[in-house]
Amino acid sequence: MRDLSRRELLQRVGAAGIVLGGAAAVARLRYDPGLVSAAASKERPQTRDYRLREAPAELAQLAVAKNDPEPEALVRKAVEALGGMKRFISRGDIVVVKPNIGWDRTPIQAANTNPRVVAEVVKLAFDAGAKRVVVTDASCNEPGRCFQRSGIWKATYDVGAEVVLPAAHRFRGMRLKGEVLDEWPVYTPLINADKVINVPVAKHHNLSRYTAAMKNWYGSLGGRRNRLHQNIDVSIADLATFMQPTLTIVDGFRVLMRNGPQGGNVADAKEMRTVIASVDQVAADAYGCQLIGRTAEEIPYIRMAHERGLGTMQWKDLRWVEV
Amino acid sequence: MAVAVPGAATPKKQKGRPGSGIPARLSIRILVWVRRVSQAGFLGLFLYFLFQTGFRGSFASAETAVRLPLPVEGFLLADPFVAAMTLLSTHTIYRGLVWSIGLLALTLVVGRVFCGWICPFGTLHHFFGWIFPSRYLRGNKRVESNKTAPGRQRVKYYLLYAFLAASLMGSVIGGLFDPICVAVRAIGLAVIPAVQYVTGVASTLSGATGMRPVQGAADSAQDFLAQTVWQSKQFYFHHTWFIGILFVAILFMNRIIPRFWCRVLCPLGAFLGVFARFALFGMEKDHAKCTDCNLCLVNCQGADSPQGGVKWRQDECHMCMNCENACPEDVIKFKFLPNRKSALTVPDTGRRTAIATAAAGAVMIPAARIADVIDANYDHKVIRPPGSVEEREFLERCIRCAECMKVCPNNALHPAFFEAGIEGIWTPILIPRIGYCEHSCVLCGQVCPTGAIQKITEEQKMGIGQKPVSIGTAFYDQGRCLPWGMATPCIVCEEFCPTSPKAIWVEEVDIPKRLPIAGDNGKEPEMTTVHVQRPHVDPSLCIGCGACEKVCPVQDKPAVYVTNVGESRSKTNVILLEDTNYNRPG
Repeated sequence: MRDLSRRELLQRVGAAGIVLGGAAAVARLRYDPGLVSAAASKERPQTRDYRLREAPAELAQLAVAKNDPEPEALVRKAVEALGGMKRFISRGDIVVVKPNIGWDRTPIQAANTNPRVVAEVVKLAFDAGAKRVVVTDASCNEPGRCFQRSGIWKATYDVGAEVVLPAAHRFRGMRLKGEVLDEWPVYTPLINADKVINVPVAKHHNLSRYTAAMKNWYGSLGGRRNRLHQNIDVSIADLATFMQPTLTIVDGFRVLMRNGPQGGNVADAKEMRTVIASVDQVAADAYGCQLIGRTAEEIPYIRMAHERGLGTMQWKDLRWVEV
Repeated sequence: MAVAVPGAATPKKQKGRPGSGIPARLSIRILVWVRRVSQAGFLGLFLYFLFQTGFRGSFASAETAVRLPLPVEGFLLADPFVAAMTLLSTHTIYRGLVWSIGLLALTLVVGRVFCGWICPFGTLHHFFGWIFPSRYLRGNKRVESNKTAPGRQRVKYYLLYAFLAASLMGSVIGGLFDPICVAVRAIGLAVIPAVQYVTGVASTLSGATGMRPVQGAADSAQDFLAQTVWQSKQFYFHHTWFIGILFVAILFMNRIIPRFWCRVLCPLGAFLGVFARFALFGMEKDHAKCTDCNLCLVNCQGADSPQGGVKWRQDECHMCMNCENACPEDVIKFKFLPNRKSALTVPDTGRRTAIATAAAGAVMIPAARIADVIDANYDHKVIRPPGSVEEREFLERCIRCAECMKVCPNNALHPAFFEAGIEGIWTPILIPRIGYCEHSCVLCGQVCPTGAIQKITEEQKMGIGQKPVSIGTAFYDQGRCLPWGMATPCIVCEEFCPTSPKAIWVEEVDIPKRLPIAGDNGKEPEMTTVHVQRPHVDPSLCIGCGACEKVCPVQDKPAVYVTNVGESRSKTNVILLEDTNYNRPG
């Protein structure tokens, strides 16, 4: 056997020492004591408040347009009564329009927002100077089919909107820190915007009786949102706490009176030719539930939102107009 | 080695070309390149069709019926092996399968040109044999591996006879080995979802970097791929690992025997080989000129004996023209109406073995059916796609091509493993827990090449002015259901029930519930009353779409589940007396 040279000895011992030292360093840096719950988060609840700060005293806060055979005209009249779209949209804004595109249903069945209403909102946003208008929703049924058969894809694409379909990579986990909604995957197109316009459809809902504005934020969540039904009223109130849109425009042109939220029978929908526009999503729902013969007191989530101070269920206390 | 002199009158001698070094005819050299372009083009077309086998939404108006604009199942329609099997089993040629006559006609003119020029699966093997050759498969070993090996090359003929006989007995199980079916199944159900999964992981990692440009690029890439290659969500397929492993194994075999699949297993190749004997185009060999350089064998795809001294095997030849292109002498000539002095045109299968394998194929079907799969103890998991014909006829038609599973927008259709018996392996079943049947969707029937799933309309499926198509019935597991068993409101199932009137209806009840807090002084917890809606199924309205099962929040084993009883394709697998009325139309 050959004698080991001093140089070689040092090299070998050195190499072994480096490996051992490296392992010790990794263990030191990444040591996990286990079984220790994550330190209580000091994060504040996540919210997205897109509301305007100023509310000039001469402008209405709730506007209801009625009795026009053209849904577009109803939208224009209602928005005009609130002071026009220019009040809400600044030049160069990225505007996200959030209709209800939840179901594989055609416009006549009134389970999704009327495409003509959505298209008109997109047009008004562009006229007011929006740089980009994104139309999107996280559907319940298969999205491609919902977007096409709701008529919203074509109607809004034709007026220049970007239609964004939900995809796995568009959801990001966020801590909402609501009463029942804690960490959920949130649909990113809705949280990366300058202005958000909620364009729900007013309809019957078998569990929460009436849904429109606040319930529409179900479409901002991914994941297993079927679990929210166990406490649907608090879930809706939590979502309304998280998302406060610039403007809410409730489509009540055709209203699903029964078998909501999905409907399916044309006879279940009734043409009511109404569009409600408001800066207060709670008031919009409090007014809207009358369309299917309910009062705000009967609907728990409206009361909860009122109590949380998200808006008012006493819509008559607002400056309101009917046009 | 001669050096080419510019301007010399003598033909330029190619580098390394032994023998007299006469280059192949110009027409052949061009044809070889045309073949390569054709192979790449058809493989590209096949993949494009496969990527387009899915609905990604469109700008069409709300009333436009949702259909695929392209004949994405085109390769299967042109497949004469599929046509022959279904002809034997159903005694009919279903719709688009008449296109297969075109491919038969092509074979009658130019032999197995399909295998060498068109078949996308063959091209994959050609490509993998070229790009990943084994280091043990060089030089002389490669020559040896490309010599005709009658023992193993006969196997495909025996498989063909067995599958045709099985078809005659009422089962087109041969689709398991049809190359187009294998390619659609393996690439569509295993390769594409796997690649999508990997890109999803990469996308998540790029998101975790927190760098805006990286995230943006990853999102754009995902958007692009979701619109061109796959769908916007990850698809999962039942036991797809097995399909994937077999695919990798078959590709791997190219390292040992080039084009192992095409030479040994492919029943479509065998089918075309049987008809190649009538081909008007073929090879003539001048054995006297052969110098045994074996260059033809180095490049041979079909192992069809292109070399001198033996007879050319017309039924094995893929018509790739590599041999004539490589031949440095003037031995090999492809031409119309060649003399057949140096050719064998008929497959050299032993007659006894051929009869024996055909008989084996024929008895295989009744043998499989004496197991408890069809007549007795039919598995409740075998929920067939909407528009499927009755189970026996279904087995006469379903070639397991997986087109329906690929096109299903909700990832609802899956290849059965042993749910439908060994005979039903890889036939489509609906697994509602993974995806439900979209109410207005009829795409599976649109792409089905053999009519196992009929081309029904939306009106027929949803039952507008008629009875809807039902594929099963939903049942509640009341112990697991929140309103039933846990005094907790839920009814997501009712919300998703697509029929009108809804097949799920709710009963409004006030029921006692114990508070989950101990009472004062060690007393029992207090009781309260809650209002819940308890769901019920109306079996006469339920269509078995599985939307309720898919959305049930009881995650592991749902509180509402669908089984195939009540499927409208069957007159026997029913619950209700009214559904056994044979006099009722439909």
